[in-house]
Amino acid sequence: MTIMTRMLTASAIALMAGVGAVQAQTSITVAIQLEPPNLDPTGGAAEAIDSVVYSNIFEGLTRFASDGSVGPGLAKSWEISDDGLTYTFHLQEGVLFHDGSDMNAEDVKFSLDRARAEDSTNAQKPLFAQIADVSVTDRLTVVVTLSQPNGSFLFNMAWGDAVIVAPETAATNATNPTGTGAFMFVNWVQGDRIELTHNQFYWGAVPELETATFRFISDPTAAFAAMMAEDVDVFVGFPAPENLPQFEADPRFQVIVGSTEGETILAMNNKVAPFDNPLVREAVAHAIDRQAIIDGAMFGYGTPIGTHFAPHNPAYLDLTGLSGYDPERARELLAEAGLPDGFTTTLRLPPPSYARRGGEIIAAQLREVGIQTEVTNVEWAQWLEQVFGAKDFGLTIVSHTEPMDINIYANPEYYFQYDNQAFRDVMDALTATTDPDGRTALMQQAQTIIAEDHVNGYLFQLAALTVAKAGVEGLWPNAPVAAIDLTGVTWAE
Amino acid sequence: MSRGWRGLILGGSLALIFVLAAILSLVWTPYAVDGVDIANKLLTPNAQHWFGTDHYGRDILSMIMVGARTSIAVAVLAVGIGMLAGIPLGLAAAAWQGGWADEIIMRGNDLVFAFPSLVIAILITAVFGPGAVNAIIAIGIFNIPVFARLTRGAALSLWSRDFILSARVAGKSGLRISVEHILPNLASLMIVQGTIQFSLGILAEAGLSYVGLGAQPPIPSWGKMLADAQTMVAIAPHLALIPGAAIILTVLGLNLMGDGLRDLMDPRLRVQRT
Amino acid sequence: MIAYVLRRLVSLIISLIVASLVIFVVVEIVPGDPAAYMLGMNAQPDTLAALRAELGLDGSKVARYFGWVAGMVQGDFGTSYTYRTPVSGMIADRVWVSLPLALYALILSTLIAFPAGIYAASRRGRAGDMGVMAATQLGVAIPNFWFAMVLVLIFAINLGWFSAGGFPGWDKGLWSGLKALTLPAVALALPQAAILARVMRSSLLDMLGEDFIRTARAKGLSAGQALWRHALRNALIPVLTIIGLQFSFLLAGGIIIEQVFYLPGLGRLVFQSITQRDLIVVESVVMLLVFAVIVVNFAVDLAYAVVDPRLRVRV
Repeated sequence: MTIMTRMLTASAIALMAGVGAVQAQTSITVAIQLEPPNLDPTGGAAEAIDSVVYSNIFEGLTRFASDGSVGPGLAKSWEISDDGLTYTFHLQEGVLFHDGSDMNAEDVKFSLDRARAEDSTNAQKPLFAQIADVSVTDRLTVVVTLSQPNGSFLFNMAWGDAVIVAPETAATNATNPTGTGAFMFVNWVQGDRIELTHNQFYWGAVPELETATFRFISDPTAAFAAMMAEDVDVFVGFPAPENLPQFEADPRFQVIVGSTEGETILAMNNKVAPFDNPLVREAVAHAIDRQAIIDGAMFGYGTPIGTHFAPHNPAYLDLTGLSGYDPERARELLAEAGLPDGFTTTLRLPPPSYARRGGEIIAAQLREVGIQTEVTNVEWAQWLEQVFGAKDFGLTIVSHTEPMDINIYANPEYYFQYDNQAFRDVMDALTATTDPDGRTALMQQAQTIIAEDHVNGYLFQLAALTVAKAGVEGLWPNAPVAAIDLTGVTWAE
Repeated sequence: MSRGWRGLILGGSLALIFVLAAILSLVWTPYAVDGVDIANKLLTPNAQHWFGTDHYGRDILSMIMVGARTSIAVAVLAVGIGMLAGIPLGLAAAAWQGGWADEIIMRGNDLVFAFPSLVIAILITAVFGPGAVNAIIAIGIFNIPVFARLTRGAALSLWSRDFILSARVAGKSGLRISVEHILPNLASLMIVQGTIQFSLGILAEAGLSYVGLGAQPPIPSWGKMLADAQTMVAIAPHLALIPGAAIILTVLGLNLMGDGLRDLMDPRLRVQRT
Repeated sequence: MIAYVLRRLVSLIISLIVASLVIFVVVEIVPGDPAAYMLGMNAQPDTLAALRAELGLDGSKVARYFGWVAGMVQGDFGTSYTYRTPVSGMIADRVWVSLPLALYALILSTLIAFPAGIYAASRRGRAGDMGVMAATQLGVAIPNFWFAMVLVLIFAINLGWFSAGGFPGWDKGLWSGLKALTLPAVALALPQAAILARVMRSSLLDMLGEDFIRTARAKGLSAGQALWRHALRNALIPVLTIIGLQFSFLLAGGIIIEQVFYLPGLGRLVFQSITQRDLIVVESVVMLLVFAVIVVNFAVDLAYAVVDPRLRVRV
């Protein structure tokens, strides 16, 4: 029997055992809102893809831990040259892809070259932009040479878009993902669920969970019902925060509240009047009452932020004081800017409830200081085209969920069109710096610049809301990346 | 009192309550519906707020009143579209029965009926954006074949009557006959069907708002109130019960009214078995 | 007769062509780029262009229309932009949920409506009739998504007799599949049953007033016998028409119900595909639904024409 057949037989037996009992202690059913469109994290931007496959099916050279730190993944160790241009990665021994083939330096070269190729459809191509060359020194050693030093290179390689794939199976990963992770793909019933089984031949610790099933429930009422009826064991990203107190009070369930990398902002179109006037932007900042938005839209779940940075990050600077709730000051600033009677603008809201609900509250708050908003609800596809692409908006609310994405402010073409050379200089310096203290100082400088300029209205950091049955342990409370890492999850005795 | 009158008065009163509330909302509501008052959120019905408050602290009674305006306006206009386009089409099909106009109109009707209505409504709003106007168009389009088919059937049975034949012999054109003789006789049938389509329009608008495609916030609508309420049904059941009751009572009232009207006009209607 | 069939066939084909044009035009003018949706906010222009080329979004619309129609005629419904799998496979999977659900709801609705309608007609004007009429009035006025939530609250959450939604798949057994479809079917069936009961009742009452019934009574049949042996059969014709209409509504109109019960059916597929701008799926599924309804109508018309020559001239 080939390794593959052995693995499949073992998993088939495990599946049958798991399916029989409604709540077998070695199987788990995890529900999320959105179904991934496909299962190749290197070919699509949908977060849902990472939710299912990151660290479960696929792995990269480095990986994120639950606290957001970057640690070894398929690369067990590495050396960085003094000039910061050469990274030598030493790969783990005995790693097999799920089809039984060997994982070695050739596969790493293949994956990185594929991602940075001219015709690559990788959604995060900039992550690989500085790679000048990838070469294989021996079976388990890869040398990556950068064209310029990049302090975030190891961080970048931990992203889902940088996982290692095999040339034989790369083309079919979208429907039949073949990676190196602790779980193997079994089956995808489109529209309903994805089934995984544990990898008996995993190079690390084989997970205690034998089978895992992901289900997709987008409707918040259905999510509540599914949890209450005990149809699912865990719901990650529970969409109805108003129900959480009920779950907390119920001994059958536990509620885990953590933080995400999602900075929710009221974005202002910096190149379009009147938002090109810094006084107007500051007025908007003071017109907003963050806590009211958190209470009203998110039922109290969420942390106020004063700049575009995650509060759980050690380098975070609390600048909420610069944009405190002060409608009087807002009206004064508007008068100073020559708009004593306020003005009218558009507020485009994408589908998530933080935008729709938050938007209603913000519209009311802005009205108090004389700013009238034309609220339009748009779908994501329209938002991408109108707001993100054509920059046809005054205000919009969106949450940026990529980790350490403050560098979007260095791109004057990015949808809110902030153009500040001083900020770009700080970002360039940050890229070139690898020493931790230096990096922290520069990150704080960056946060201060965009807070003082009031580029956008910084609202709150999205909370990670997970509801689970009381016996589940090992779930990540925080979501430093959109992943649901099941490798450490177990059922309590 | 005969059944017809009972239904008409009972149903009419029920529907009238909401129509009056809708009209009143144009000039006055107990509280403003576009403000947000988080401190007072999710209050159960009490002296200050007869129907309680929602998750933003907005007064539910006021929202029901303005919601009535939204639902009724959308439903009425959608019926209007259906009648304005459907009745002439039906008359034309009957007047030139058997000809190509008839064939095209009836095939067109069948085609529209064959389309899944909610999917088309979603597509329309995807193209033109969500909102009350597009909801009216989406619902109105599906009212047209209803009125066209009904008009054609009713008109056809009138065409064979003597007084029409004599008008024909006198040389009047199909158009004149349709407008001067057929149309007035269909009035009662159209009224009855109109009330039924009106009630269906209320349900359709609620359905569209429920999936987020009807009138957009901050304009309240019953369907949106239901959608928002469903996740909070355990902590604040009145949020779902009250708009649900409003929809049910309005639709019920309109249907009773329609049935009552039909019973009253029964002898005349028995001829038109469509 | 042959002439009639040929005429109907020609208008069937014309209807299908018109439908395909309408569908294609409406879906194509929907704003929003599928590639941008799939790659998200950080995509570079060159990546977007590469993806668009891969999906075949570059060609002229006219070429794409003919390609689509030609494919459908051969049974190839195209390849989904989002999922990269053949649309026909996706439809086949979903049909096995939506079709049984529609049939289940139809059967339930008929089982409730027929006895109710017949009972009401037989007790015309008396308490039994009033009771049924009141119940149907209520049934017609209730929004089915609200009713669905009530069902879930009572039967899934409080009593735990059913799961709150989802579909385990037919391979896990016929019984478990039917169980998963029960609450959705009830939510769909009840308003339809209310309508059907009233149609049954009024159709029967019309028949009971007819001359041939009076003749039957004069010949000595009791009221009940007259109803069962003569009125019912004739009353069924408009009822069957309504059932046919309801079936097409149930097949695609279950979008909201499928959303509430998170069923992997055709309705939810279309809804998600519109959101994801997966145009090819939307076009193909809507075309398929329209095709099904038109063909069923055609077959029914033919059946009527065979049975009753008078009906060959459309009334």
